[in-house]
Amino acid sequence: MSLFSLLGAVEIGLIFSLVALGVFISFRLLRFPDLTVDGSFPLGGAVCAILISGGTNPWLATLAATAAGAAAGLLTGWLNVKLKIMDLLASILMMIALYSVNLRVMGGPNVPLINDPTLFTQLQPESMADYVARPLILLVIVIAAKLLLDWFFATERGLAIRATGSNARMARAQGINTGAMVLLGMAVSNALVGLAGALFAQTQGGSDISMGIGTIVIGLAAVIVGESILPSRRIAWATLAVVLGAIVYRFFIAAALNSEFIGLKAQDLNLVTALLVTIALVIPQLKRKLSSRKA
Amino acid sequence: MLSAQDLFITFNPGTPIETRALRGMSLEIPAGQFVTVIGSNGAGKSTFLNAISGDLGVDTGRIAIDGLDVTRRPVWERAERVARVFQDPMAGTCEDLTIEENMALAQQRGTRRGLRGAVKAAERAMFRERLATLGLGLENRLTDRIGLLSGGQRQAVSLLMAALQPSRILLLDEHTAALDPRTADFVLQLTARIVAENQLTTMMVTHSMRQALDVGQRTVMLHQGQVVLDVAGEERSRMDVADLLQMFEKVRGEKLADDALLLG
Repeated sequence: MSLFSLLGAVEIGLIFSLVALGVFISFRLLRFPDLTVDGSFPLGGAVCAILISGGTNPWLATLAATAAGAAAGLLTGWLNVKLKIMDLLASILMMIALYSVNLRVMGGPNVPLINDPTLFTQLQPESMADYVARPLILLVIVIAAKLLLDWFFATERGLAIRATGSNARMARAQGINTGAMVLLGMAVSNALVGLAGALFAQTQGGSDISMGIGTIVIGLAAVIVGESILPSRRIAWATLAVVLGAIVYRFFIAAALNSEFIGLKAQDLNLVTALLVTIALVIPQLKRKLSSRKA
Repeated sequence: MLSAQDLFITFNPGTPIETRALRGMSLEIPAGQFVTVIGSNGAGKSTFLNAISGDLGVDTGRIAIDGLDVTRRPVWERAERVARVFQDPMAGTCEDLTIEENMALAQQRGTRRGLRGAVKAAERAMFRERLATLGLGLENRLTDRIGLLSGGQRQAVSLLMAALQPSRILLLDEHTAALDPRTADFVLQLTARIVAENQLTTMMVTHSMRQALDVGQRTVMLHQGQVVLDVAGEERSRMDVADLLQMFEKVRGEKLADDALLLG
């Protein structure tokens, strides 16, 4: 693998580590199986791309994309908490609704960003090549997001969200408004995904309606890979594991697609993803079997 | 102080499996009193307790805690006034969280949860102190996941947690039923101690007539969703399990006769 494709893998891996952090919050902390991300990721991209191409400042556009993601998550939570729709179904409804919303936002199936300014063109030093600068800028963003989450989930409010996911009945008995905590958690989760979508659009030359397909699987794959590399229930370690998982996962995908002798092509991406997730899910079971046989 | 007036709850109304769980249940518990509640399966003990905590809504009737009508308030809004220990040791704690995080959750019961750190240094010292009184060595395991603890240990911690913040009533829902006899005895002693130390108004539901007479100042027997026996003071202190059993049979016999009359 060349340095160029290696840095490319790191770049995409870092963007998807934000998705993975979002998925970690919904699936692991809240235990809310949330497929909204397949819609909120392209929503972030769409909002950001359309704003930038209309002349809005890229920082503002990225912020707006993050807020749009949060709103999507809030709505999924609201469908579940207030309208009592089953969690998975609520998120599927939101996901398909967002498909239409995204087409509306973009006014078509895609919005290119070719010569428009982005966060990356603004921050990139003159002397540095863009394929080096982009991963560095993303690294700073991801570290900041990780540290912010670590701090938040150690606060009283953050602990209330974790208690809601772990044991909602107990949480209520301790005076926690569990419905509100689900809404808040879902908003934070999808805000991260919206942000990731915005960064993706800015690094990949635009936003496309199909860029959301399989986002949830990639995010979940990153969480699972991360958990098998670095198993820990401590928040700070768990978020680190999730970030590493996203990068390692992307690295494997790049390696698989770049190895001529395996004969895989870009269109095999989703198949490879499914295989990798399956392997990552089976390994812990095998480990348990082996260790119980020893004992 | 708790006041429950004329509570009615019917499950699955209008269906063949209709169950009239509470049928005009009324009970007043003055501040500082420790009441034990007994009754056979289906007498309405758990339903009554869940109605007070807010887990179950009542069809009709009124529940007031310390003068405040809470009948239509959700569980989390009542939590400022109500502390609770569940029957299932798993139910009362978050197994994914550490011992100190669980205690912090209870420490913040009835307060606004903001963006301050959840576990504060000063509180940690206090948690350690309280845990040490259990004599289980848990004071050295603050950052262990509470899921690693045994059922008895978790119930003991749950009791400590219930007493961290002031409450108007402590609800104990057969909280020793899932434990082995020795552990159950330990948890019961601990209950009596914590209730006495904090002068808590307490309602303890139990299956065991022995327990019902051993702790507290007053015993109430439920049958078919109503209070059928209410003893306190000297009358209660002279009673033993056999007396209670006899009264229980008598009540049930009378009720059966009543129902037979109705059906006939």
